Amino acid sequence: MSARTVLHEADISRALTRIAHEILESNRGAENLVLLGIPTRGVTLARRLATVIGEIAQTSVPVGALDVTMFRDDLAQHPTRSPRPTDIPSGGIDGCTVVLVDDVLFSGRSIRAALDALQSIGRPAVVRLAILVDRGHRELPIRPDFVGKNIPSSRQERVNVRLIEDDGAEEVTIEA
Amino acid sequence: MRHLLDTRTLDRATAVRILDVAEDMSDTQSREIKKLPTLRGKTVVNLFFEDSTRTRISFEAAAKRLSADVINFAAKGSSVSKGESLKDTAQTLQAMGADAVVIRHPASGAPQTLATSGWISAGVVNAGDGTHEHPTQALLDAFTIRKRRFGAESRGRDLAGITVVIVGDVLHSRVARSNVWLLATLGAEVTLVSPPTLVPQNVSLWPAKVVYDLDQALAQGPDAVMMLRIQLERMNAAYFPTEREYSRRWGLDALRVAGLPDGSIVMHPGPMNRGLEISSEAADSPRSTVLEQVTNGVSIRMAVLYLLLAGERDDERGGDQ
Repeated sequence: MSARTVLHEADISRALTRIAHEILESNRGAENLVLLGIPTRGVTLARRLATVIGEIAQTSVPVGALDVTMFRDDLAQHPTRSPRPTDIPSGGIDGCTVVLVDDVLFSGRSIRAALDALQSIGRPAVVRLAILVDRGHRELPIRPDFVGKNIPSSRQERVNVRLIEDDGAEEVTIEA
Repeated sequence: MRHLLDTRTLDRATAVRILDVAEDMSDTQSREIKKLPTLRGKTVVNLFFEDSTRTRISFEAAAKRLSADVINFAAKGSSVSKGESLKDTAQTLQAMGADAVVIRHPASGAPQTLATSGWISAGVVNAGDGTHEHPTQALLDAFTIRKRRFGAESRGRDLAGITVVIVGDVLHSRVARSNVWLLATLGAEVTLVSPPTLVPQNVSLWPAKVVYDLDQALAQGPDAVMMLRIQLERMNAAYFPTEREYSRRWGLDALRVAGLPDGSIVMHPGPMNRGLEISSEAADSPRSTVLEQVTNGVSIRMAVLYLLLAGERDDERGGDQ
């Protein structure tokens, strides 16, 4: 079990700042923007992104959580998962640019579930995907719009994202 | 979770987990699209050997909101009235591919038999058996108390220190039994109030106090007062002299409601006998949670079906093969 750190605290912070700029660039400002994190760490990252975007654009960006548990297609292959709270900003998402935020993009199945979950809540004008780590091995035609870092990995390896708010540490490691 | 048969053997962690999942289910019920795809392709059979409207409809709504297919089976006018045994009925359902069986039966222990006999491999949910238990009712009551008390801060909490008074026909009530066990597990203090003729014999073993005087119990200022239905269909002996006398001594009237502390709630599992165990003033007061209990019932039953059916099947199936 050898774990090697691929992103340190400063790398994560730089990646988030760059993603924040890219989101603002592609959206031409912070108007109509809603950030939705996928629990658990996606929510933390979405909150941080919202803070950074808010500082750059001098405005406050609505941020929330979107739980995808009930929409997954692999529920029967795992012990029962407990759903996490979904928290949609009070303005709703109709006609907005929704940016989904997650920590690791792997098979793409969580994102497929997230797109379904989104549909039951409203109809955004545009949906984008921001990811801290893209480790490859997609099983569905899904691609991220904003990537913190591409980390080529083998299927057997584990990519762990640890964030201060959730884990008390700040790093991304890859484990054989 | 493989089955839900009672609340007596439910541990605190599992109980809180069911309540927390029900919170998430309840959140989805305020969305524009209430239906979730979670249990698509699963079949839930409502097997009701006893009359019931709200419990059956509640389970049906819960299963449908999770996209499960629902088959309703009422014993009246079915093969059961031709003399079919529980075993044969159950195996017929199994052969049709039921993933979960929600059973209500007049005999205490029927769900237990169904779950452990090895006749079927489906998950079994007890929806009321004889005078034994009615676990989903107790769970929705606990959910309602927690939600009224803690609001949005409910998740992860138990009911430590909350005082609950349960009033009425404890002898015949499976709702009271399920509530006593569950509320005690969650840390609440339970007081039972009942005419001496309607107190069960073994009540000293229950984690609850028993008093015979309603006003004495209400003077303690309970957080929740749960009225039980006087089950006229089970009043086959002279348990109390007249309905009027019962109503005066153990009924919740406007005066008794007015004496309750601020924030305490009035609960009733329904259907209510207005004017007997609960007055209209009490049933329609802002303290009353009767309709919230119905709404919360769907969320609780969604949570139970989700925990039973969504995940990987554990292999502790009761004596299968």
